[in-house]
Amino acid sequence: MSPKTLYDKIWDAHVAHEAEDGTCLLYIDRHLVHEVTSPQAFEGLRMTGRKVRAPEKTIAVPDHNVPTTLDRANAETMTEDSRIQVAALDKNAKDFGIHYYPVSDVRQGIVHIVGPEQGWTLPGMTVVCGDSHTATHGAFGALAHGIGTSEVEHVLATQTLIQKKSKNMKVEITGKLRPGVTAKDITLSVIGETGTAGGTGYVIEYCGEAIRDLSMEGRMTVCNMAIEGGARAGLIAPDETTFEYCKGRPHAPKGAQWEAAMEWWKTLYSDDDAQWDKVITIKGEDIAPVVTWGTSPEDVLPITAAVPSPDSFEGGKVDAAQRSIDYMGLQAGQKLTDIEIDTVFIGSCTNGRIEDLRAAAEILKGKKVAVKRAMVVPGSGLVRAQAEEEGLADIFKEAGFEWRMAGCSMCLAMNPDQLAEGERCASTSNRNFEGRQGYKGRTHLVSPAMAAAAAVTGKLTDVRELM
Amino acid sequence: MEKFTKLSATAAPMPLVNIDTDMIIPKVFLKTIKRSGLGVNLFDEMRYDRQGNEIEDFVLNQPQYRDAQILVAGDNFGCGSSREHAPWALLDFGIRCVISTSFADIFYNNCFKNGILPIVVTPEEHAKLMDDAERGANAVISVDLEGQTITGPDGGQISFEVDAHKKHCLLNGLDDIGLTMEKAASIDSFEATAAQSRPWV
Ligand code: SF4
Repeated sequence: MSPKTLYDKIWDAHVAHEAEDGTCLLYIDRHLVHEVTSPQAFEGLRMTGRKVRAPEKTIAVPDHNVPTTLDRANAETMTEDSRIQVAALDKNAKDFGIHYYPVSDVRQGIVHIVGPEQGWTLPGMTVVCGDSHTATHGAFGALAHGIGTSEVEHVLATQTLIQKKSKNMKVEITGKLRPGVTAKDITLSVIGETGTAGGTGYVIEYCGEAIRDLSMEGRMTVCNMAIEGGARAGLIAPDETTFEYCKGRPHAPKGAQWEAAMEWWKTLYSDDDAQWDKVITIKGEDIAPVVTWGTSPEDVLPITAAVPSPDSFEGGKVDAAQRSIDYMGLQAGQKLTDIEIDTVFIGSCTNGRIEDLRAAAEILKGKKVAVKRAMVVPGSGLVRAQAEEEGLADIFKEAGFEWRMAGCSMCLAMNPDQLAEGERCASTSNRNFEGRQGYKGRTHLVSPAMAAAAAVTGKLTDVRELM
Repeated sequence: MEKFTKLSATAAPMPLVNIDTDMIIPKVFLKTIKRSGLGVNLFDEMRYDRQGNEIEDFVLNQPQYRDAQILVAGDNFGCGSSREHAPWALLDFGIRCVISTSFADIFYNNCFKNGILPIVVTPEEHAKLMDDAERGANAVISVDLEGQTITGPDGGQISFEVDAHKKHCLLNGLDDIGLTMEKAASIDSFEATAAQSRPWV
């Protein structure tokens, strides 16, 4: 048998039909649904009299629109159009008989956090969602990617997706990470290296000692941002860390089925002599705590650096860099650690898991925030409950952070949590696009520890100085 | 879905690289539960000031580009979120074709599902077309999907690649779901086999 990559293996196990030109119908094991990209898909089903083919494999949760304030049960906190969108999901979930975690359910949260937490995401699966950060689930060795609303409708109706195979790319992070360097720094550094289009046309497999050493939470952070590097999906081969995480989750297999699953899961790795279309290797010890200075996730620099000069770029990027610097209200040559921060946001599907909250709390213990506004938004109700149990919530509150309910919150400002014009935020989310966190808001992407460091000093800060 | 066969229209130049879906249609407009009506908010934050007045400089606000049906855009167009609202907004405005040196993957796919043709050209061809587009309404660009060619205002021709299946669907305005449902037997048998080999799924 010819050698295969992990991607090849999962792909081959899911092809339901292959046309002569290589176009495949890929069978989908898990379809995650949220309120923003699904209403038009369900409307399409109704109009054509179609059903959801596999409601038992379809899981819905509202997250993008829902307020994260403590009083959110009060419908007044939602704008009319948000309320309509969430109500549409309530109704669609009921009418079509799919699994649903409504806002009132303690398990509700960001779809990419809820899926793994509930054991819906398992190794070797195909997972899709009408959301680009579906790449998160690749941390389990599942082939997971974002789709558009037409494709959501297609998967609802047929449980398949029309796909052509992508190319294989290997990103290896060798050796150990230095203190203060986290999964977020890895994933941002990779994008800094490859650019936002570097992964276009590829599925990335992350490997190497530094990746192996990560917890599942860290691996999800890495895969989450594969899409920011342009890749269709990011993958990490499942291992003991993965199996340990999955075991006992509500929707993970049990007993004999668990044993059977394990037998297959253990075959899910790239063969030694597998062929790669592109390989990138980064030394773990070369990665520093990083921050973005511009309005593209590729605008990444070590915290010890300075805002670059637009002239240091080439072609269309000269203008883009100038536009970024203007938008961000910075000066070329300004030290990153001199940039003052108004707001700190800790949360999102990139960094809203328990380990992220632990990392931030570690830095915040016994300190006070020096920024105007600081908020922590746990990725799910269960993360929130666990953080309260571990005493993390108290650390945040005592430091001066708002302790919120679960949701996407200020990751994208579709809900009441938004930056004001010109407001500058150190954020653990994944996109620093213009207006992403609010009209004319300014975003610096960082790890949770770096966000906490910025919160206590009021400036972008090298977290290593506080450790 | 509306067919795409041939299109001759004004092309608007947008040389900026990495135009993301948030720029194409800011998230405040994603709260709709319909597909139509997003055209007025296409490129909203670049097109209007905070009071809702048009920003004169913005290309689609200039008289010669108001009826543009083609965009010639910078590298990595459509990066960012998977929102199909981006092609819906383009379509609702009247854009049927986007030409760039590269596109983000999900956006590229979403275009085809909505009757929009995204075309990838080389940097040299791109520079030429950008030049043409900058000449405004006097410079009509013609796109022929069947023949896979772009013809510039000076008669110069460029040929482009497009996936055969996507081309077929676009030319005939075919709905993917209907096509897939014709293969229901394959899906049934895949499911039956998978139920044996991976019963925990
Ligand atoms: S947290 Fe942010 S990136 Fe993640 S699903 Fe929500 S909006 Fe998207």
